[in-house]
Amino acid sequence: MSLLILKNIFRIYQIGDIEVRALNGVDVDVERNEYVSIMGPSGSGKSTLMNIIGCLDTPTKGGYELDGMVIHQEVKDGTGIASDDQLAVIRNQKIGFIFQTFNLLPRMTALHNVELPLIYGGVPRAERLERAQAALEQVQLADRMHHKPNELSGGQRQRVAVARALVNNPSIILADEPTGNLDSKTSHDIMDLIDNLHKEGNTIILVTHEHDIAERANRVIHMLDGKIHEDNKKK
Amino acid sequence: MNFKEIFRSARDSIRQNKLRSFLTLLGVVIGIFSIIGVMTAINVLQQSVEDNMNGLGAGTFQVQKFPNVNMGNNWWKYQSRKNLDYKDFQRLLPRLTIVDYATAEDWRWNNTFKYKDKSTKANMIIAGITHNWEFTNNLRVDMGRMISQIDEENASHVVILGSEAADILFQNINPIGENIKIDGVKYRVIGVAEERGQRFGNSMDNRAYMPLTTYFKYYGQANFTSLNYCFSILDQDQFEEGMQEVINELRLIRGDKIGEDNSFEAWTNASLIDQFNQMTAAIRIAAAIIASIALLASGIGIMNIMLVTVSERTREIGVRKSLGAKRRDVLFQFMFEAMILTEIGGVVGIILGIIGGNVIAIIADMSFVFPWDWAIIGLVVCSGIALIFGSYPAYKAASLDPIEALRYE
Ligand SMILES: Nc1ncnc2c1ncn2[C@@H]1O[C@H](COP(=O)(O)OP(=O)(O)O)[C@@H](O)[C@H]1O
Ligand SMILES: [Mg+2]
Repeated sequence: MSLLILKNIFRIYQIGDIEVRALNGVDVDVERNEYVSIMGPSGSGKSTLMNIIGCLDTPTKGGYELDGMVIHQEVKDGTGIASDDQLAVIRNQKIGFIFQTFNLLPRMTALHNVELPLIYGGVPRAERLERAQAALEQVQLADRMHHKPNELSGGQRQRVAVARALVNNPSIILADEPTGNLDSKTSHDIMDLIDNLHKEGNTIILVTHEHDIAERANRVIHMLDGKIHEDNKKK
Repeated sequence: MNFKEIFRSARDSIRQNKLRSFLTLLGVVIGIFSIIGVMTAINVLQQSVEDNMNGLGAGTFQVQKFPNVNMGNNWWKYQSRKNLDYKDFQRLLPRLTIVDYATAEDWRWNNTFKYKDKSTKANMIIAGITHNWEFTNNLRVDMGRMISQIDEENASHVVILGSEAADILFQNINPIGENIKIDGVKYRVIGVAEERGQRFGNSMDNRAYMPLTTYFKYYGQANFTSLNYCFSILDQDQFEEGMQEVINELRLIRGDKIGEDNSFEAWTNASLIDQFNQMTAAIRIAAAIIASIALLASGIGIMNIMLVTVSERTREIGVRKSLGAKRRDVLFQFMFEAMILTEIGGVVGIILGIIGGNVIAIIADMSFVFPWDWAIIGLVVCSGIALIFGSYPAYKAASLDPIEALRYE
C-alpha cells in the first residue's frame, strides 16, 4: 500500500483578477522507503507541493492520503477534512521537514531546537533529552548541542535541522532544497546524511536544482507549470 | 502543553528585549505602586489608630468636649461648649444603672519629677484620674496599689509612677513609700505601673498618675478644664443601651435642649475607625482613579509591545507550527508572556508600594504593615490586564497561517 497518495491536486491563488495555478492537477503515489527527488524550474510548484504533502498548506481541491489517513478529500464544496489541530498533530507525528533556510529558532541551543517537536508531541522530559541527543549524535553534532545557531556554520545548522526532522521518527522526511544555501562540499555531507536516513528505512522526498544530487534518489520527478512533466523510477 | 517551555520562551523573549520590557513594565509598576502605596499608608495609619485605642478596651467609650477627629472648621462651636467638669461627673455617677465603671481624667504635659538629687527631663506627663481608672484604661501595677476612692475623696498626695519615670528616679531602691517632688510639692509613691510601651511614637510610661482631686489643687480649678470621661460596660449586649443612658443623663445634667445636638462628643473605638475611614475614602478613591488610568495606559502599552513581539517573531511562530504547535500552544505562549511581563511589573509595584506606604510608619515610628489583601488584589488586577490586553496579540499569533509565517521576512 502506498504511503502517500495525491489525486488530482490543485492549488490556486486568486490575486485580484489573476488566477495563479501553483499546482494544476498533480497525481503522485509514493511507496514506503522510496527516495524521490523533485526537479523543475523556479515557480513550477515544487515548494507548493512539498507544503501540501507536509500538511503546512491545504490544496484548493484534490485528494490526499498519508499513511492510511485521509487528510484531504475531494468533496462537492472542496473543503478539507482535517482540522487545523489535526494537521498540527500530523505535522508533529508524521512529517519531518528540512528547509532551505534551516528555520532554527535563534535563541535556543541546538539541543532545545531538536527537542521542540518532542515538546509539542508531549514526550516526557527524560525521554525527550535522550532522543534529542541521539538524533544529534546521528548527525555527528553531539559536541555542539549546547551551541546556539549563530555559533554554528551553515552545514552544522542544517545538520541540526536534519536531527530535528528525524527526532520524532516521522513517516516521511521532506527536504525543500536542503543544500540551496550550502557550498558543494557541505552539500555532499548533508546529502550523505540524507542517503543514510534512506538506507535506514526512511521515506524521503527532496527538492533540488542539481542533477548530481537528484541522481542520488531512486526516482526523479520533473515538474513544469504546476504539473508533473516526467516521473522516472530507476530500477 | 509544556509550561516549562512556555516559561522558557517568555523569559528568553523578555531578556532579549530588556529595555523595551522595562519601559512597558514601568506603567504597570506605577499603577500598582500608586494604589498599593496609598492603601498601605492608609493601613499604617489605621493600624496606628487601632493600636492607639487599645488602651480603651472593647466595651469602652469616651465623652469629651472636642471630637477626637475634627474634620471641619467648627472649632468655635466646640470651644464655646460648657466644659465637662468634675461636678457634672459626680452628678452623673449615681444616675447610671448599666455602666460598670466610670472615670474622669485630665492631663498635663512637660513636667519634671524629682527624687532627692535625681531629676527627670521636663518631658513627664501628669494624669489626674478618678478611682477605677485602671478598669477603664487597662492600667496595671507591677508594685504597690491603685488610686483608691479614699485617695480621691481626701485629695491625698499620692502617685503611681509610670515605669520609665520610676526607672529614672529609682534605680536600685524600692520606690514604694518614697516621696517625690513635682513643682515643689511632695507626693508619696504608692505604685509603679507596668510598662505600657509606645503609642504614636510617644512613650506611655513617662507618667505619674495622681487623684484628680489632688491634681485640681495645683493644676486648675475643678471646673476650669474640660475633662475626659471614660465608661466601661462589660456586658457586650448592654453596650448600646448603656451608652445611650450616659448620653441621655448627661444631656439632662448639662441642660441640652430637646432637638439640639449633644453638647459633647461620645465615641467608641468603632466609631473612631468609621470616622477615619470616611476621612480616607476620598484619598482611596483618588488613588484608585490614578491607578486605573496608569493601569489602562500600561495595558495599552502591553498590547502594543505584544503586537510588536508577535510580528517580530512571525517566523518563529511559523517554525513552531510547522513542528506541530497547535493554535492553543501559540496562544498560551503569548498570553503567558504578557502575563509574566505584567506580573513582574505587578510584583515590583507591590513591593515598592508597600515600602513606600510604610515610609510613613518608619518616620512616625508606627508599626510596619503588610497589606496582604491589596497585594493579592494587585496581582489579580495584573492578571486581568494581561488577559484583556494580551489576548488580542496572542490570538493574532495563534491564527497565523504556517506557510505565510514561514515566508515572512
Ligand atoms: N502565497 C502565494 N500567493 C500567490 N502566488 C503564490 C503564492 N505562493 C506561491 N505562489 C505562486 O505559485 C507558483 C509556484 O510557487 P512555488 O511552489 O514556490 O514554486 P517553486 O518552489 O517550484 O519555485 C509560483 O508562480 C508562485 O508565484
Ligand atoms: Mg521553492
